[in-house]
Amino acid sequence: MPSEPLLTFTDRGICCPRGGFFIDPWRPVDRALITHGHSDHARPGHGAYLATVAAAPVIRHRLGAIRLDTIAYGERRRIGGVTVSFHPAGHVPGSAQIRIEGAGEVWVVSGDYKTEPDTLSEPFEPVACHTFISECTFGLPVFRWQPQAAIAADLNAWWAGNAAEGRVSILGAYALGKAQRLMAAVDPAIGPILTHGAVEATTAVLRAQGITLPPTRHAGAGIDAKSHPGALVIAPPSALGTPWAARFGPASEAFASGWMALRGVRRRRGHGRGFVLSDHADWDGLNSAIRATGAERVFVTHGYTAIFRRWLEDQGYDAGIVATEYQGETADAEAESDPALPGTME
Amino acid sequence: MKRFAALFEALDRTTRTTEKVAALAAYFRDAPDPDRVWTIALLSGRRPKRAVNTTELRTWAAEAAGLPVWLAEECHPIVGDLAETIALILPAPRRTSDDTLDDWMRRLLALTGQPMDLRRQAILDAWDRLAPQDRFLFNKLITGGFRMGVSQGLMTRALAQATGVDEATLAHRLMGDWTPDRIDFDTLTGAQDPGANASKPYPFALASPLERIEALGAPAEWLAEWKWDGIRGQLVNRDGAFALWSRGEELVTDRFPDLGPLRDFLPPGCVIDAELVAWSGSAPLPFAALQKRIGRLSLPKKLLAEAPAHLLAYDLLEADGEDLRDRPLSDRRARLQALLAAMPAGLPISASPLVAFDDWDALAAARLTARDRNAEGVMLKRRASGYFVGRKRGDWWKWKLDPYTIDAVMLYAQQGAGRRATLFTDFTFAVRDGEDLVPFTKAYSGLTDAEFRQITDWVHRNTLERFGPVRRVPPDLVFELAFEGIQASPRHKSGIALRFPRMLRWRQDKPASEIDTLDTLRALLAETQPPRG
Ligand SMILES: [Zn+2]
Ligand SMILES: [Zn+2]
Repeated sequence: MPSEPLLTFTDRGICCPRGGFFIDPWRPVDRALITHGHSDHARPGHGAYLATVAAAPVIRHRLGAIRLDTIAYGERRRIGGVTVSFHPAGHVPGSAQIRIEGAGEVWVVSGDYKTEPDTLSEPFEPVACHTFISECTFGLPVFRWQPQAAIAADLNAWWAGNAAEGRVSILGAYALGKAQRLMAAVDPAIGPILTHGAVEATTAVLRAQGITLPPTRHAGAGIDAKSHPGALVIAPPSALGTPWAARFGPASEAFASGWMALRGVRRRRGHGRGFVLSDHADWDGLNSAIRATGAERVFVTHGYTAIFRRWLEDQGYDAGIVATEYQGETADAEAESDPALPGTME
Repeated sequence: MKRFAALFEALDRTTRTTEKVAALAAYFRDAPDPDRVWTIALLSGRRPKRAVNTTELRTWAAEAAGLPVWLAEECHPIVGDLAETIALILPAPRRTSDDTLDDWMRRLLALTGQPMDLRRQAILDAWDRLAPQDRFLFNKLITGGFRMGVSQGLMTRALAQATGVDEATLAHRLMGDWTPDRIDFDTLTGAQDPGANASKPYPFALASPLERIEALGAPAEWLAEWKWDGIRGQLVNRDGAFALWSRGEELVTDRFPDLGPLRDFLPPGCVIDAELVAWSGSAPLPFAALQKRIGRLSLPKKLLAEAPAHLLAYDLLEADGEDLRDRPLSDRRARLQALLAAMPAGLPISASPLVAFDDWDALAAARLTARDRNAEGVMLKRRASGYFVGRKRGDWWKWKLDPYTIDAVMLYAQQGAGRRATLFTDFTFAVRDGEDLVPFTKAYSGLTDAEFRQITDWVHRNTLERFGPVRRVPPDLVFELAFEGIQASPRHKSGIALRFPRMLRWRQDKPASEIDTLDTLRALLAETQPPRG
């Protein structure tokens, strides 16, 4: 007897008809389950929200007065005709994969995920399922990350080199997740860490929920290259090259993102240095994560979906694509999005 | 290789000229001798023959990485560079290597012509010994197209800083025919006299596009001549050597045997800067006629008769073995005319005629007749100017005709390469022919990065079909294209081919229903083709 699948793909996003909810929907719905606080996943306008306890503070900070219920990792909750639970995705603090069980089937929606532990995010846990809906932002074999410790060593060498020459170092990174991961990874003995307002606000929210981060100082009025020579400034990419950044004089600029693996992107960005550091799984991470679910059917979303699906089919999976809505403007300061590569958001 | 990789990284990390030159100069001071010579060779476009083709590289890399070849092929347009794609997909090396650039280059040279198995084994072995960044460079050395964001001029400047030899002298020494595996650094840069090469040309003096003619001062201080649409070259007749060099420093003497008679009549010790054109008997033929001769291995008599080579001489750089480049142009020009006048008539060389003018308006009027003469515009040269090295602004200006333009619609889009690897920048355009859209040209430059980004977004959202890296899109976006010339081409569906097509602007104001038609292009073609025969 043919019946409706557990999850369907609609123009508002991934829908669970049996449970009466959507996951990370991009248009207003009555009930939304949110994987994490990045703005391409947690959007305003829904009737009710459900997210992990650790993701909630940032979502509230961003979306203001919303009806938000929280759930602990691993806690099972009945919604409509299905049972849902949230599991660590290792992407940013509080990020989750969402498991849906109903009618004898288990589906998992990965949200954004990263398999390498970063010391701040709850480490990724594979969840067994029949059908896995996986992001594949970096789903090409050209994307393979070095361990975080190696990147941190490069970052420290760059910062220390600039500091020795009396230059400020400005590092472009997304305000939620990447920025905190960087400040926790660098060596604070090299010099003071300054932040742009957007980064400082998110950092304060994370500190308030008990995440330990090194001291930072908001680079407001009166803070510049003279008051803090040799400082490391962490700012959203959009702040680089603005009058705000000009106060740091002839600073050395860098950008930390998975896209920095490509020389063409590095050069187009025009930033002096590119550090290859991503909050998404790399090629090997995606493949090992998919294998670990034991799923036979995989739907891919975000990124090089057509290529990655073909690869999965070659590997014997029943593979499909979740169409996402490409926005006209993808310039979202919070997303790990390259404007030239739509559908590659954080 | 590590020192060379460090140089590459230093150059790649900065866009500041001074930093690039400093990094290069440091390299030229401390890198091992043969590596320095290879670096000069690579930065001046002297690349060894390819030992391995790109299909082989792709296949072997996919094999080494345990990936299907189709996946490596899909990655290539996204990364934008095959050498980089391969470096990124290969598994981590299991060994290390301290070999120098020279070691690797000689190894590559030795591979040329070897059986496939042997070349494959050598390349796989190299990949397994090179760190990822070194691998990228190694692959670049194989695939060619090696640019390090450094022009030959900057390289020469750095070399001057490192050696103390002045730039112009170095530029001259680096010209001509030398092979990196057979010369050492001191000989090349002039610690020893490289005089061995008698046919060496001088570095070409280049003009800049004219900005404001009023800023040039008195018209009487200037000479004007036609800017011919041919191949710029230098004819060297010195110490028994007779050589024609193209501006790309390519020796092309053998391809123009019809210039041979000049050898018997030119005085010894002379170097002439000229434009090589196909000749009607009294005037240049369109560039298309010369183009038929370029790249041909054999030159049938018919072609030699249809498009005989001729030099239109602009300048005299050396006479009686004396370097005249520091003399004023007016003197050089007078000596050139005297030299040519002393030769018998009917030879394939003549002085490029000067354009007479009393004021700028008269010159502007003359310029408008350039197309009728198969010229691209006019050149303005200061009478007092020396023959300088490279592009030095102020003394020589080119004042080209405005290009032809046409409005066309985009049919296909493809990702760019290099800096713009992740943007859709290469488009195929069509004009209307009745109900049909006929593709007629490709173009890939002329828009800003912001516009390319906007169009890239649009392409992603509007892809109808994918053919590898190419996307078919709805015929909605209209562009004004500019081009320098048009010619009949039976190989193209449209029957025409354009010269130097590029995008002038994105016509967001114009619907696709208002683009130009194939008839417009045909009319233009009829207008610009000289009567045949
Ligand atoms: Zn995302
Ligand atoms: Zn995210």
